[in-house]
Amino acid sequence: MATALKSYRPPVIEPSEEGDELLEVAMGPHHPSTHGVFRMDVALDGERVIRLKPVFGYLHRNHEKIAETASYLAAMPYTDRLDYFCSLTNNWAYALAVEKLAGIEVPERAEYIRVITAELTRVQNHASAIGFLLQEMGASGTPLMYAFREREKILDLFEELTGSRMMCNYMRFGGCRVELPKGWLERVRTLVDGLPKFLDETEALLTGNEILMARTQGVGVLKPDLAVNAGVTGPMLRAAGVNYDIRKVDHYGIYDRFKFRVPLGDHGDIYDRYMIRVLEARESIEILKQALKDVPAGPIMDPKSKIRGFRPKAGEAYGRIEAPKGELGFYLISDGTGNPYRYRVRPPSLINLTVLEDMCLGQNVADVVLIFGSVDIVLGEVDR
Amino acid sequence: MLGEGMLKGLAETAKNFAGSFVSKERLTTVQYPEERIAPIENTRDFPFLVYDGDDAMAGLRCVACQICEKECPPKCIYIVKSTDKKPDFVGKMQIYPARFDIDISVCMSCQICVEVCPFEAIKMDTEFELSTTDRFGGLLYDREQLSRSNEHYHKIHPTEAAEVDARLAEEKAKAEAKAKAAAEAAAAKAAAAPAPKEAPAKEPGA
Repeated sequence: MATALKSYRPPVIEPSEEGDELLEVAMGPHHPSTHGVFRMDVALDGERVIRLKPVFGYLHRNHEKIAETASYLAAMPYTDRLDYFCSLTNNWAYALAVEKLAGIEVPERAEYIRVITAELTRVQNHASAIGFLLQEMGASGTPLMYAFREREKILDLFEELTGSRMMCNYMRFGGCRVELPKGWLERVRTLVDGLPKFLDETEALLTGNEILMARTQGVGVLKPDLAVNAGVTGPMLRAAGVNYDIRKVDHYGIYDRFKFRVPLGDHGDIYDRYMIRVLEARESIEILKQALKDVPAGPIMDPKSKIRGFRPKAGEAYGRIEAPKGELGFYLISDGTGNPYRYRVRPPSLINLTVLEDMCLGQNVADVVLIFGSVDIVLGEVDR
Repeated sequence: MLGEGMLKGLAETAKNFAGSFVSKERLTTVQYPEERIAPIENTRDFPFLVYDGDDAMAGLRCVACQICEKECPPKCIYIVKSTDKKPDFVGKMQIYPARFDIDISVCMSCQICVEVCPFEAIKMDTEFELSTTDRFGGLLYDREQLSRSNEHYHKIHPTEAAEVDARLAEEKAKAEAKAKAAAEAAAAKAAAAPAPKEAPAKEPGA
């Protein structure tokens, strides 16, 4: 115990060769620039970052243990609260893991609904991620408000469908919970038709902006080999130039039916991460257009799946999807009872955060906030 | 030219700013307490108990089966079964909840209680202005505070309520037909044998 406590103490910092003393700054847990309650212990030599230690766990809610003591269904609403920006993709990942575990088939209509809701989630997540990134750059308000204006429209559609704007709790093992409301698909079509205009507007506002380029190009570079070794996934990894998208690798759901491209970055800096998010949102719109064209009629739930008394046979399964922030996986072990023996979440936010120090070393302290913002994390998922 | 990108961005901002005065599409906010946006039908926040008829306590559909209490993920429901029975909507004698408390400060509005209820007794409300100065007693709702009439349910979720009513009417008709058949069978039996025995009515929702 004593040794464990000792390892938490920050190491003694020696003055650098010139005789200057290093300055230790605790950024967070309540810092205006951090997304949630997250602390960065930064050692500074002047403005330069010499060392950075991320400290998290302030938002720990015992998610995994709660899920192990509750029934399979009761864990579903808790998954909404992991990455509370993208509750529908969280639902999908968990449902996918349980469906793998119990061998449940999903009807075609439900698969289409899942793809539509997931891609809408991706668009709104990337839009708000860009907005928050600009907020941290000092463009307080405008880009974020434009992003939220668009996000609001998508959340209204989610509310119409699922009853809740953020805590959707919509997917079930073997399908979706409720049938689409009347005219919902029409409204989604109208919205999707308007989305390219919004992205054009965002790009006109930001892409060519000299301040944005000066602040982001060449800052916070993540090398592809480090990204792969650290297990970084999602837009972070693709901005580093590694072609890895689970929608293409696994073809989970019905993603093999849609034509879309995976945008890749060259430099792995913040600007690439910004561009990747814009381009991915555009590809999501392409997927949405294709998916909305042919939503089949039919049931939305597998008739064999049960709401109550769900007991999958003993075994284990790992279900993963390409969540907007990266690979979101659920690992489940069943011992044949009504609750999972082991329930483990592989959160993209947490694992993408492990390379934070490598990206920040040698950068200015003002850029630490930007680099942190470009990772696009949600603390609800980091701490669980 | 340096600054061209910035000028382009500023033009975009100016377009949005000026547009918000003329275009409804660009003016997306409302002045909340005075102006309100139209409610969305599927909205849910906290559960309520449905009752039929005029008397809330006599007409509660809940039969205190405690399934919702068991399935509730954050365990915010507390039910005490009654010791006596009262007739339900098909006329069958049923237990009713002597206590039914929901701590809405714990409730996470997940709707699982609604999904698992076999008696259509618990539904989601849309009332959201629930702030109170008493965070313990004020947020612990008992069965009197939780009960809402079926008319209220029809008002907030018309499509869903119509489906539920159709389903219940079908069950009631089925139960009545069964009771009638059972009564006829019993009468026929009584004519044949001296000891009549009533067939058990089918439980609604089972």
